[in-house]
Amino acid sequence: MELWQMTALELGRKIKDKEVTAVEAAKASLAQIRKVEGTVHAYVTVDEEGALLRAKQAQEKIEAGELAGPLAGVPVAVKDNICTKGMRTTCSSRMLENFVPTYSADAAERLTDAGAVILGKTNMDEFAMGSTTETSAFGVTRNPWNPEHVPGGSSGGSCAAVAAGECFLALGSDTGGSIRQPSSFCGVTGIKPTYGTVSRYGLIAYGSSLDQIGPVGRDVADCAALLEVLAAHDCRDSTSVARKDTDFTAALADDVKGMRIGIPADYLGEGLDAGVRRAVLEAAQVLKERGAVVEQFDLSLVEYAIPAYYVIASAEASSNLSRFDGVKYGYRCEDAEGLHHMYKKTRSEGFGPEVKRRIMLGSFVLSSGYYDAYYLKALRTKALIKKAFDEAFAKYDVILGPAAPYTAPRLGESLSDPIQMYLGDIYTISVNLAGLPGMTVPCGMDAKGLPIGLQLIGDCFKEKNILRAGYAFEQARGRAPLADVGRLTEAEKKEGEAR
Amino acid sequence: MSRQYETVIGLEVHVELATRTKIFCGCSTAFGGAPNTHTCPVCTGMPGSLPVLNKRVVELALAVGLATGCSINQYCKFDRKNYFYPDNPQNYQISQLYLPICHDGGVEIETADGGKKVVGIHEIHMEEDAGKLIHDEWEDCSLVDFNRSGVPLIEIVSEPDMRSADEVIAYLDKLRLIIQYLGASDCKLQEGSMRADVNLSVREAGAREFGTRTEMKNLNSFKAIARAIEGERTRQIDLLESGRPVIQETRRWDDAKEYSYAMRSKEDAQDYRYFPDPDLTPVVISDEMIREIRNRQPEFRTEKKARYIKEFGLPEYDADILTGTKRLADIFEEAVAVCHRPKKVSNWLMVETMRLLKEREMDADRITFSPEHLAKLIGLVEAGTVNGSVAKEVFEKIFDEDVDPERYVEEHGLKMENDTDALQKTVAEVVEANPQSVTDYRAGKKKAMGFLVGQTMKATGGKANPAAVNQILREILEEKQHE
Amino acid sequence: MANVISDEVIDYVGILAKLELSPEEKEAAKKDMGRMLDYIDKLNELDTSDVEPMSHVFPVHNVFREDVVTNGDDREQMLANAPEAKEWQYQVPRTVE
Repeated sequence: MELWQMTALELGRKIKDKEVTAVEAAKASLAQIRKVEGTVHAYVTVDEEGALLRAKQAQEKIEAGELAGPLAGVPVAVKDNICTKGMRTTCSSRMLENFVPTYSADAAERLTDAGAVILGKTNMDEFAMGSTTETSAFGVTRNPWNPEHVPGGSSGGSCAAVAAGECFLALGSDTGGSIRQPSSFCGVTGIKPTYGTVSRYGLIAYGSSLDQIGPVGRDVADCAALLEVLAAHDCRDSTSVARKDTDFTAALADDVKGMRIGIPADYLGEGLDAGVRRAVLEAAQVLKERGAVVEQFDLSLVEYAIPAYYVIASAEASSNLSRFDGVKYGYRCEDAEGLHHMYKKTRSEGFGPEVKRRIMLGSFVLSSGYYDAYYLKALRTKALIKKAFDEAFAKYDVILGPAAPYTAPRLGESLSDPIQMYLGDIYTISVNLAGLPGMTVPCGMDAKGLPIGLQLIGDCFKEKNILRAGYAFEQARGRAPLADVGRLTEAEKKEGEAR
Repeated sequence: MSRQYETVIGLEVHVELATRTKIFCGCSTAFGGAPNTHTCPVCTGMPGSLPVLNKRVVELALAVGLATGCSINQYCKFDRKNYFYPDNPQNYQISQLYLPICHDGGVEIETADGGKKVVGIHEIHMEEDAGKLIHDEWEDCSLVDFNRSGVPLIEIVSEPDMRSADEVIAYLDKLRLIIQYLGASDCKLQEGSMRADVNLSVREAGAREFGTRTEMKNLNSFKAIARAIEGERTRQIDLLESGRPVIQETRRWDDAKEYSYAMRSKEDAQDYRYFPDPDLTPVVISDEMIREIRNRQPEFRTEKKARYIKEFGLPEYDADILTGTKRLADIFEEAVAVCHRPKKVSNWLMVETMRLLKEREMDADRITFSPEHLAKLIGLVEAGTVNGSVAKEVFEKIFDEDVDPERYVEEHGLKMENDTDALQKTVAEVVEANPQSVTDYRAGKKKAMGFLVGQTMKATGGKANPAAVNQILREILEEKQHE
Repeated sequence: MANVISDEVIDYVGILAKLELSPEEKEAAKKDMGRMLDYIDKLNELDTSDVEPMSHVFPVHNVFREDVVTNGDDREQMLANAPEAKEWQYQVPRTVE
């Protein structure tokens, strides 16, 4: 097995055992990036020089015994909406093309403190608004399993980078499914933790009440190890929760005997691709065979999550993104006639269409006369959705379902009809509204050779339940393979030669 | 003017709270730092930064609310007020709209006819201040400094209960005194730590409905407020008299021109899209916290005045003046704590301090000398180290430059001449040189004594101890008489 | 489409959001917003009269800082991001006419 094909924990162990150095690991990742990045385009910024320097420093600390964690020396990627001091952070927007943060996000600091080596920043939908990574101002990211397809979004760059072996682990962020849906499309594992588990300090906000940073990795154990590093109370984030049960790797036991698993019948109905349905039900069967108690139930309110989400997220986004005005950082237009014209021109030129669409919607629903009818109504709906989950978790330890209704669409198919695109988030969005933890685990391939993801949802602060279920499933079915991007490009080459 | 009009005034008073750090980050609130040195990612609106509430802000806001008889919202929240302006780094201000910390209070003021009335307080809410904008005269641009951005404010919104500029001033005075006594703010209008926006409407006397109101901003002194009220009242009455409507709008008062200008702009929709700030958690105020703040409340003016009379035996008039400004009361108490001479301290404040304040056209708030120096000066007088006239001279130095009187007296050789031998010699010489006065004194013209004292003081350069001079003179004169 | 968005509404929202839309963008925005609002109106099927709006999922409250100064001086790096700066301040088009 080549270095770049290992899991993060396997690599970490080899580094610890002095079989591999952090510098060698970084070089292996950088070589893989060089090899496939032309096809995948998972990164906005690859900081080759900095990565090698950081790897050298990490190696010195490992040798000095100062770094002993399981991720010491492991090369990782960071989504480009997470601030990294001194390293350009763009949110894949023209607006922040040249923005260099003066500070690092808590999550990025924790990565570095654990000895992980940041390689660069991954592509995303502009300001995390989108489900395909096609709204990036810096070009689309392609699905490593088939470059004609999208990787999903908004953390498409992070998930594609992991799937293509361009890093061992990555940070993503999830506001309405932005870790779980691209993980599903790219055939990798991703966790959206309970709201408040990972500090949002330094995460460039989209929908503040919904945003969470989480890990993307090659398997459940890697994600658990990274989440263990990330989860900590941060006094710089008022919504950060002080938890004691963050020893997530302790939950990696191949044992689901007696675990109560519910499948919302509402998640299996109209709009769900038959192949996805089959794969998800098979996965449920696997867990049942291992002793879990699996049954279907009515979750209710499922169809109200998306409209409530778009009101809340757009409203918060309209306010969060008002700071991008050409004054303090980022893009400023040329030739403005006065202050207000400068604001308008800067923002109109700096933001892409999807971002503008959501800012407009968000400004409208908060405007005078509509606040109660839209915003408060959405917050009341959120309360009802939370209640429905509370009732479900009184009966079940884990809710199981698909992460997305279909596998990765072809490039260019999604953006023409926004509402259709929004509907694709139907299984993930309510989890953000209710602040719950959710995880995607690969559970098979469709007829086109594209990955299918299984979603496991836990009650608040019960990440361990979904980790245990995910781990047991993975033990039964074997770890999902990495995408062989090289093979694909070879295939394309042959195709080209044949022509 | 054929009809009689009544002016209806409500105030929105912004007060900068006396905290060390800003409301949502650990940046210093100290005045006068170099541009953008008291800043961090939070108060400059850097992407990804998040606010965390300063506990002291809640305590101070609560203290002001309790001292003004407000009810407390024991569950309160912060909301975002969205509007674009360069001094507002996030382009939203974190404030409180839906659940402000305090509501429905009031303060009692005295009216022109000597009666009393209560001006209602509609609410008090916490919010953050904006940065400072400077307009560059040469380059047709403005410059932004975020040192003040995020400095904690409370906004005290009154009911429309005031009917004249006098009532407005009385209300502001009362509010200022309460807040100063609490130590919640220094409330300096000129420096902007207290700012008032005036909401004013007029209506025909006896009318029940309020007229359309305007809001006036940029009022930097009590005098400007009085002039702005008069100006706006006249403007609105003129409009109504000529059959034109008053438009609800925000106006900026130009005190130099004594006129206000509408601040309207088509880019100003005045639709602030308030919603609860998702980055901050609610504030839950327990009964215990309210009790604690109540217990910590200081002695206010009425009690303080009574205590000064009872404890220090001050005349009511003096006690009234001294407690009329927090600064004077503080100086009085601190000086008394050092020298234990309340009456002396009171005298220095009532006479010399008042004289100098008047001469320098200053408010007592702006006194900078340390009470300890006044106490030391009183000590020097008591010990006979300096005499009265020298003391006045030294006090002026203390008042202006806060000099240490002991060092100043030493360095300038102002010590009273207490060398008895030398003084004896000088007095003998004076007596020798003025035989006529000696004769006069002995003939019963006791006034001659004064002349001889004066001559002796002159000979010592004013530094002699007048009591000692008197005694020696008397001894010499009586002695010679016995001969 | 039940929600018909007028030019005035789009212009007004543009002023609030500080976005200047081209005529084509404006037409698209009217259509998009109308469709989104139709979709959002689905929420009206729910009876929420007895439900309190939920801002925070968890009842976390009273998250405070102590009043202690912590700032350093980062203005050099901070201002390095500014499109225009002068004399250690951010430079903007003149704010008063």
